[in-house]
Amino acid sequence: MLNAIDKKLLAEVADLHNIPQGAFNIRKNGEGVDRHTTANINIVTKKDKPGIDVIIKPGTKGESVHIPVILSQGMDDLVYNTFEIGENADVLIVAGCGIHNPGSQKAQHDGIHEFFLRKGAKMKYVEKHYGEGDGSGARILNPKTIIEVEDGGVAELEMVQIKGVDRALRETEVKLHKNSRLIVTERLLTYLDQDAESNITVNLLGDDASAQIISRSVAQNNSKQLFHLKLRGYAKCRGHIQCDSIIMDNAQVSSVPEISAFHSDAQLIHEAAIGKIASEQLIKLMSLGLTEKEAEEKILQGFLK
Amino acid sequence: MLEMIDVGVVLEGDDGKAEILRNINLKLMNKKFYVMTGPNGGGKSSIAKTIMGIYQPVSGQILLDGVDITHKEIYERARIGIGYAFQQPARFKGVTVRELLSLAAGQDRKVNYCDLLYDVGLCAQDYLDREVNSSFSGGEVKRIEIATILARNLKVAVFDEPEAGIDLWSFQRLTETFGTLNEKYDTTIIVISHQERILNLADEVIMVSNGTITEITSREKILGEISELDSACRCWQDCKGGRADAECNR
Repeated sequence: MLNAIDKKLLAEVADLHNIPQGAFNIRKNGEGVDRHTTANINIVTKKDKPGIDVIIKPGTKGESVHIPVILSQGMDDLVYNTFEIGENADVLIVAGCGIHNPGSQKAQHDGIHEFFLRKGAKMKYVEKHYGEGDGSGARILNPKTIIEVEDGGVAELEMVQIKGVDRALRETEVKLHKNSRLIVTERLLTYLDQDAESNITVNLLGDDASAQIISRSVAQNNSKQLFHLKLRGYAKCRGHIQCDSIIMDNAQVSSVPEISAFHSDAQLIHEAAIGKIASEQLIKLMSLGLTEKEAEEKILQGFLK
Repeated sequence: MLEMIDVGVVLEGDDGKAEILRNINLKLMNKKFYVMTGPNGGGKSSIAKTIMGIYQPVSGQILLDGVDITHKEIYERARIGIGYAFQQPARFKGVTVRELLSLAAGQDRKVNYCDLLYDVGLCAQDYLDREVNSSFSGGEVKRIEIATILARNLKVAVFDEPEAGIDLWSFQRLTETFGTLNEKYDTTIIVISHQERILNLADEVIMVSNGTITEITSREKILGEISELDSACRCWQDCKGGRADAECNR
């Protein structure tokens, strides 16, 4: 059922080289093609709209869920996925969208992912985006992620998009309750005429909630990037945003910070920097024998790691 | 052997062109240890950067073992065996000590990370997998910078004020390392320094000021002059401090 192109897309977005272990749901061109559940993780197709419910039993430890989406033709695909992560569970969820667009029609995937982390639950969520194909059709991804973390829960998000996607609008909204924690790592590389926008809003609602967002991006050629990273503190909480961009060629990068406190014990920090590759880094690597091009690649590779 | 013949360097700055080096003539032999010293802003680092190819000369010639390298690029000079440890080393987000050292050593050379870091007074276990980013202190990046030069098999190695930020214990270790380095690889070593203990290692001392070489001399002569300078001034003994118009009569 999976051909060579499908397998390549799967490898790129989910580090999967074949059918994964644990629970999974593979969606191809708007339809589910394969699914596996475990004793602790159930996956059910939604009845009212396209998408799935993933239900993870309380106390589930060390299990993973893979939900890759692949598009190998031009089309619009819209999907709603809901994750219910039971109390004190500890799981890895890998989502991703790979697009191989061979034609001139656009290929678009809009995914809406909603996560509920119950008390003390831990989740690592990895989302990778990848696009390929020689056709002129645009590859468009608009992921929306909504997360609510109950008392003592920990949500770790890793969002990666390296080349390949022509237009991306990423919306992320998070609610953090008492003692819960959020760690977001975002990596983005755009080139050619690509456009990417990332909006992250984190509401720190409970005492001792904390959020850390580390965003690193590289904008090359004529690409454009826009970041709106917002922290809103409503309690005795801590939040830190670090937004670092390397700009090259004729690219454009905007980083719009917003930190708002509605409580006198809220501590919020925003750091943002945009600049080109430091010349002393290039010169150092060239003095070790790398050409300017090789030095540049090495620096970007490290920066986006 | 590295030769600089009548080398002049002009840099384009905010205030227009500035001649930063003129009539530089040097003959640096294999296996020898040179210390370059002189007042700040005199041109020591500029000579080092011209050897590495970071500054391009507007006049004169640079030869390595008789081959003209005057117009070779930085990476080309690196590949034929020239290395430079920067005075203010760059930091890299996401690049680990291990990666940087293995880049320095090149693909064909096996690196003994442990020995390498030991030579600069660092423990491999604590440092290899750390990123060379702003979490390192000035002394730490400086040591890693020196290690990137020790990792290579070089014909010419230039160290720009290597002792800055290095504590006393490591300093001792560092001078030993310099001592054995040129024996191991026949490397020509040039160290920019004001430290008496480094001057003590020198086969020859190159005095640089006002953008040119004023004297090439022996360490005995320089050390003699320094101690004379030191003993000539005793004004600190009378200095009470705090007086804005205090003068030194040296």
